[in-house]
Amino acid sequence: MDLTATTTVRRPVSEVYTFWRRLENLPSFMEHLDEVRTTGENTSTWVASAPFDRKVEWEAVLTEDVANERIGWRSAEEADVPNQGTVSFVLAPDGKSTEVHVHLVYDIGAGKLGKAVAKYFGEEPHQQLDDDLRRLKQVLEAGEVVRSDGAPWGKRARKEFPQRPAQPLAAEERREVLGV
Amino acid sequence: MRANCWAGRNEVEVRDVPDPTILNSRDAIVRITSTAICGSDLHLLDGYVPTMQDGDVMGHEFMGEVVEVGTGVDPARLRVGDRVVVPFPIACGACGACAAQLYSCCENSNPNAGIAEKMFGHPVAGLFGYSHLTGGFAGGQAQYARVPFADVGPLKIEAELTDEQVLFLSDILPTGYMGAEMCDIQPSDVVAVWGAGPVGQFAMDSARVLGAASVIAIDKEPYRLRMAEAAGHIPVNFEEVDVRSRLLELSGGRGPDKCVDAVGLEATHGSAHIHAFDRVKQAVRSETDRPHVLRQAILSCRSGGIVSVIGVYGGMVDKFPAGAWMNRSLTLRTGQCHVQRYMTPLLRRIERGELDPTRVITHRLPLEEAPHGYDIFKNKQEDCEKVVLTP
Repeated sequence: MDLTATTTVRRPVSEVYTFWRRLENLPSFMEHLDEVRTTGENTSTWVASAPFDRKVEWEAVLTEDVANERIGWRSAEEADVPNQGTVSFVLAPDGKSTEVHVHLVYDIGAGKLGKAVAKYFGEEPHQQLDDDLRRLKQVLEAGEVVRSDGAPWGKRARKEFPQRPAQPLAAEERREVLGV
Repeated sequence: MRANCWAGRNEVEVRDVPDPTILNSRDAIVRITSTAICGSDLHLLDGYVPTMQDGDVMGHEFMGEVVEVGTGVDPARLRVGDRVVVPFPIACGACGACAAQLYSCCENSNPNAGIAEKMFGHPVAGLFGYSHLTGGFAGGQAQYARVPFADVGPLKIEAELTDEQVLFLSDILPTGYMGAEMCDIQPSDVVAVWGAGPVGQFAMDSARVLGAASVIAIDKEPYRLRMAEAAGHIPVNFEEVDVRSRLLELSGGRGPDKCVDAVGLEATHGSAHIHAFDRVKQAVRSETDRPHVLRQAILSCRSGGIVSVIGVYGGMVDKFPAGAWMNRSLTLRTGQCHVQRYMTPLLRRIERGELDPTRVITHRLPLEEAPHGYDIFKNKQEDCEKVVLTP
């Protein structure tokens, strides 16, 4: 599965690059990612949620890192779902915003897990990546992922539709959604 | 708290719902002192805007007192105790659209942007109380509201002005004003405004303030036309006269230089068979909007003129007069109002007495009577023009 998506963030290239390069930041806007831990100069551990409340964990290796231009990574050989990605940062024509171009490749294969992953991404795998980049923009431009009463789940906003009604959350529901 | 909720097509109901709380750090909670029913709320009531859900809190015109602010709100900008009018589009103030003052197209404020994008090609801003397509934000026909990006939108009112004088800065006054502003009004202009509801009335007043030679009000409700006439505009009743002929008479045969559609997707038509065509297509969902006014405005406007659309459209229209539009060099301009852009300058105009927004208020009701307010406003009973609700 080959996915590309692009967005423009109204922040300087150096800031957007630096934010992405700190891989621990990725789960703040990528829906399926729960955690990224840097384990070495070029290595990291990625934890993602999979269907049926399962977790998938894999090691990733940085393949490219050109400051303020491009970051590339790929999963280590033993990953269940081999994947790789690149992100490039390009100064937008307005001279101050940053175009973020993402390219992801998942080797889904024919196995059970591959099928589960394909199903997880749904009929429109593109949508999830587009939404991830929308949230990247929210985090960098507006400070955090925006919540509404109808969609209070933050980065899991598309979890369900129809959503909850557009009315305030009761205390119990608020604890469940926000953890406070 | 009590809140007026959507309860299915043609039904709203005041219910008990939880009090709002801070969900994002730049939120504020506002205790609402005045709120209003908007003509565009009727499109929700009538079921023409998709993605409404039972229990959605209605309302996008409200003001009140700040009772709580999130940790991310700059105290220099907003504090507990401030009296504020809240603009209906929710805008982050930091994206490309906001930087261009296109607040109703904010790129960050709609958590359901992916759904809006499917429908409109690109997403639109979050709006209060206006379906899940525009974010699923609870509205302001309630005792309290959560206001996201409270450091960007709300306008502090420090002057000795009543709620009724400033409440409509939340939507209909800026919306009417933007309708006139998009017309690039020149001193020689004859401006025709379709729809003498509250937004139309304010578009007319704004056209005059911006220097139009004359302003024409087109509607079918005698009481609305009387209200426009009392404010100095020329009434045209489309059920009594042929609109095109009358407009030619009133503009020396040229046609109005500028035309404003302040009606939108639920227009009625003097010609029964044309109305039936759109009504049937709408009923079977092969057309979502009834664009009589848009068609008539385009056909009436003088060559080279501007047609400015502030009435709400939601989806697709049939029989768009593209030939007239193209061959006669017309300019079509439109947008959900970028309210934040206009609030301060219009507040100044209110303070100077150039605009009197209170002139459209015909009904003052307690929040508990919101369903009755919707009923008389929708069915144009009791000469209802504008309902203000007090929580």
